[in-house]
Amino acid sequence: MAEAVLRREPGLARILSPKWRAALARFRRGRAGALGKTLVLLGVGGVFWSALFAIAYRVLVAARAVPDLGLYLPGKVLGAILLTFGSILLLSNVITSLSTFFLAKDLDLLAAAPVDWLRVYLAKLAETIVHSSWMVVLLALPILTAYGIVYAGGPLFPLVAAAALAPVLVICGALGSALTLVLVNVFPARRTRDLLSLIAIGAAASVVVLLRLLRPEQLVRPEGFQNLLDFLVTLRTPANPYLPTEWAARVVMNWLTFVADPLPPTVLWLTAAATVVIGAALHGALYRDGYSKAQEGAERFVRGKRWSLAAHRFVGFLPVQTREFVLKDLRIFFRDTTQWSQLILLAVLLIVYLFNIQALPLYTGERVSFLLVTLVTFLNLGLAGFVLAAIAARFVFPAISLEGRQLWLLRSSPLPPRTLLWSKYWTGAVPLLVVALVITVLTNLLLRASPFMMALSVGTIILYTLATCALALAFGAYYPQFDTENAAQIPTSFGGLVFMMSSVTFLAVVIVVEARPVLNYVRAMREQGQPRIDADMVLAMAVVAALCLATTLGALAAGARRLEEIDR
Amino acid sequence: MIQLRGLTKRYGTFTAVNAIDLEVRRGELFGFLGPNGAGKTTTLRMIAGILKPSGGTVHVAGIDVEREPLRAKARLGYIPDRPFVYDKLTGAEFMRFVAALYGQEGPVVERRIDELLALFDLAQWKHELTESYSHGMRQKLIIASALAHRPEVIVVDEPMVGLDPKSARLLKDLFREFVGRGGTVLMSTHTLEIAEAMCDRIGIILGGRIIAAGTMDELREQTQAGDLPLEELFLRLTGGLHEGELSEILDG
Repeated sequence: MAEAVLRREPGLARILSPKWRAALARFRRGRAGALGKTLVLLGVGGVFWSALFAIAYRVLVAARAVPDLGLYLPGKVLGAILLTFGSILLLSNVITSLSTFFLAKDLDLLAAAPVDWLRVYLAKLAETIVHSSWMVVLLALPILTAYGIVYAGGPLFPLVAAAALAPVLVICGALGSALTLVLVNVFPARRTRDLLSLIAIGAAASVVVLLRLLRPEQLVRPEGFQNLLDFLVTLRTPANPYLPTEWAARVVMNWLTFVADPLPPTVLWLTAAATVVIGAALHGALYRDGYSKAQEGAERFVRGKRWSLAAHRFVGFLPVQTREFVLKDLRIFFRDTTQWSQLILLAVLLIVYLFNIQALPLYTGERVSFLLVTLVTFLNLGLAGFVLAAIAARFVFPAISLEGRQLWLLRSSPLPPRTLLWSKYWTGAVPLLVVALVITVLTNLLLRASPFMMALSVGTIILYTLATCALALAFGAYYPQFDTENAAQIPTSFGGLVFMMSSVTFLAVVIVVEARPVLNYVRAMREQGQPRIDADMVLAMAVVAALCLATTLGALAAGARRLEEIDR
Repeated sequence: MIQLRGLTKRYGTFTAVNAIDLEVRRGELFGFLGPNGAGKTTTLRMIAGILKPSGGTVHVAGIDVEREPLRAKARLGYIPDRPFVYDKLTGAEFMRFVAALYGQEGPVVERRIDELLALFDLAQWKHELTESYSHGMRQKLIIASALAHRPEVIVVDEPMVGLDPKSARLLKDLFREFVGRGGTVLMSTHTLEIAEAMCDRIGIILGGRIIAAGTMDELREQTQAGDLPLEELFLRLTGGLHEGELSEILDG
């Protein structure tokens, strides 16, 4: 047999080619298939991007106008923004590198191929950095653009900003993947992923609580600036002189303020190079053992049998198909750390929401008008509706997609698609209704809403929750993501976006229809001191109820029809 | 028990299955052979009601799958080629869930689950999550769950892949016993020796069309193959590599 000769080792571009070719194919398919899809994405992205730019621009213009402060505050703020981005990037890289380095499907092929470990490391590091950083880069773009425009950074500013940001991305990528490498060598990868989801959610929750408890709104109050000298001294000293994000902020600010200091860019790039070298050395020493360990570690036994029994009793009245379907969904949800851990974040967000309502300066001093309280209560209804739509997007919208791999079983069994959909519906709607009622009743109590507004809010939110949950399921059936393994990515897909837009539009319609009776109510209270139920009011309520019920039933019927049509 | 008339499946301009006519009788084990991409899995998935045909009809136990899908599916057990199960359910929970999909529950089902898990050597893993199962164990779990509701017809795609010799033997005996008791099995396989030894009749599909069907003797007669084994017959019908091509490839 002829001797096999390895003529040339494959380069980095060759190793990464399946990834970029796949991305290109997805893009081409998308372009050929749906122009509308691209337009919607561009539109929503454009609005978001413009809003972020407008906020950053206005803040910077306002800051520049303040004497003395104008030079230091933007630098400080940029440092804080980059530090936040850096923390997100580090966390994101730790989680992404678990997939790219240890769980990805192409790893067996790469491990068996005669490819140098250093090239595998560099290719996988590049993949990790791109996956973890694109969203942060998109967020950073409008902010840095605002800096460049407000401080007249000139045509070379984009290059300077890129040169400042790129090493931060590399450092976070190399550090994140090194941390994962060490973790996987201690715990098997599958367990580490569970552990990391908890850490990530816990960290995110802490950040949210911390930011909220700091009460940033107080900074904009005049009394916050009483001790200006102290404030200026704090601004001039870098908060974290040893952090790469601070060096990156200094590179940007030095350019914008015409300060020639070669130290920050030099240290930044040298550190980036050093972390890659150290990361590569660690990879060379630990990767083989880690990769081998990553193949082990699936969970074997179940916990919480008592809960399972309680759930069984709770849904015992349902017909057998529906009951077992609901129980199956509950079991899977609570056994999957990446799923149930999202509840922690949800609980934190709800607490922050209630805290915000309580912090509203409505009852702090002088008596507030009845109109204002009613208005705030009414707007709070809209906000609660938006929060519920977001929760439905996270927990209900992915429900159909998550059946993707097991669809063969459901489609080949005599389970009517309607039963499947209704089981999913109640599994999502009941907890969502509880959340909806808790938010609405508690916030209305905090706002000291009148009985009329309480009844209106509770009635509306129940009907809206039922409708939005049905919409989430229907859109989930029309835009399924059957091949996504991570449920957390499904709500950010195109379908998730369309669902959110439809749900918010529907909410706006409900609010507009109810605005008139609320106005009539305020008038009646002013003129007669008691509410008056008139034909207008009854008609508006009937329209809202009819709209919500029609949306619920229509969406579920459309979802069931779509489920029958799915060819997979 | 299974009747296909003009069964067709098109994906855009590509025709995966092209007007197939086939009848698998009660008490018969029918082998469905063909090269990769010939249309076997697509045909089986249409019979199981997973894919909608672009044309033609499928009847299972005399019931039109398109018109009365639930009634037809209640009589059918489908075993796919890839054992995708719910990772976060235990083996027993998965079987209980599948039985519930067919409307069955209670002590009878529990007994049946225990029997089937013991039959496939899975009893000791019944309370473990399926994510810790091997490929073969998952395959056995799927086969066991397809039998839980006592189907009249079994449609099975590549059942031997991933099975150890003992389980493969068990499955062969099980299918023979099943058809012996009046059941019907339509099985796709690439293992020609198994098809030759087990099946009452064999159909060969190529490019979405059935190019030959019948007993081994009938197939030999149709192809004038004398007493050649099924492997030679299959290659003669579907085309194979010439020795010259092979040595060219291996020598580079």
